[in-house]
Amino acid sequence: MSLQSPLGRVLGKGSAKSGFHHWWVERVSGAALVPLGLWFAFAVAALPNYDQETVRQFIGDPCHAVLLVLLAVAASYHSRMGLQVVVEDYVHGKGAKLVVTLLLNFIHAVLGVAMVLAVVRLSLGGAA
Amino acid sequence: MAARERPLSPHLQVYRFAYTMALSILHRATGIALSVGMLLLAWWLVAAAGSEAGYAQMVACLGSLPGKVVLFGFSFAFFYHLCAGLRHLAWDLGHGFEKATARRSGAAVVVVSLVLTAALWALLLRGVA
Repeated sequence: MSLQSPLGRVLGKGSAKSGFHHWWVERVSGAALVPLGLWFAFAVAALPNYDQETVRQFIGDPCHAVLLVLLAVAASYHSRMGLQVVVEDYVHGKGAKLVVTLLLNFIHAVLGVAMVLAVVRLSLGGAA
Repeated sequence: MAARERPLSPHLQVYRFAYTMALSILHRATGIALSVGMLLLAWWLVAAAGSEAGYAQMVACLGSLPGKVVLFGFSFAFFYHLCAGLRHLAWDLGHGFEKATARRSGAAVVVVSLVLTAALWALLLRGVA
């Protein structure tokens, strides 16, 4: 898929780096979060109570676990993409931008893995 | 001529204020809030998989009045960002750029996100009232 204009293509101009990819995956993950997020919000609100056992069963249900892993991955990815744009807008200076971006990547990786592992533990019955 | 600093977006000072600008800023603000709020989602999942004491601590914190206020704000931020995100997707597909349409879709985003927030909390608090 190309967003280059015909003239731009002839002149060999266009995104030199991965700008278009960033724009695209931010939208794809956002679109995925619409049904996932709506399902999650209303499914959790509909729980009869929030005892640990009830919540564990909800998360560990095979169908729910699939949706929750997708939610965790899409949300952490989308959040990282969105915050990167914010950083690019407001953090000036190459060094600071690099440090903050790396930090964001690191935090989102930790969060994403933690959420996925929690769901996997409960769905495979590994929780104590 | 001395080298001038080139202007960097976003510009906030050079435009006459229109409420659609506030909506745009709110989209970014709610996005940032949701990123921070994702910590709560992670806490909820990890605590559910973890010890009883840790889970009780999480419930005590999020179930307290300040906790509920944060969750309420979080839920509005979520629905607002979702609706405004759909508006952005329509723009990305090339629809809805006319001034009147953009104003109307902006108002619709606010109304729908408030309705969804109210519906969610009605569901959550059923049986309490």
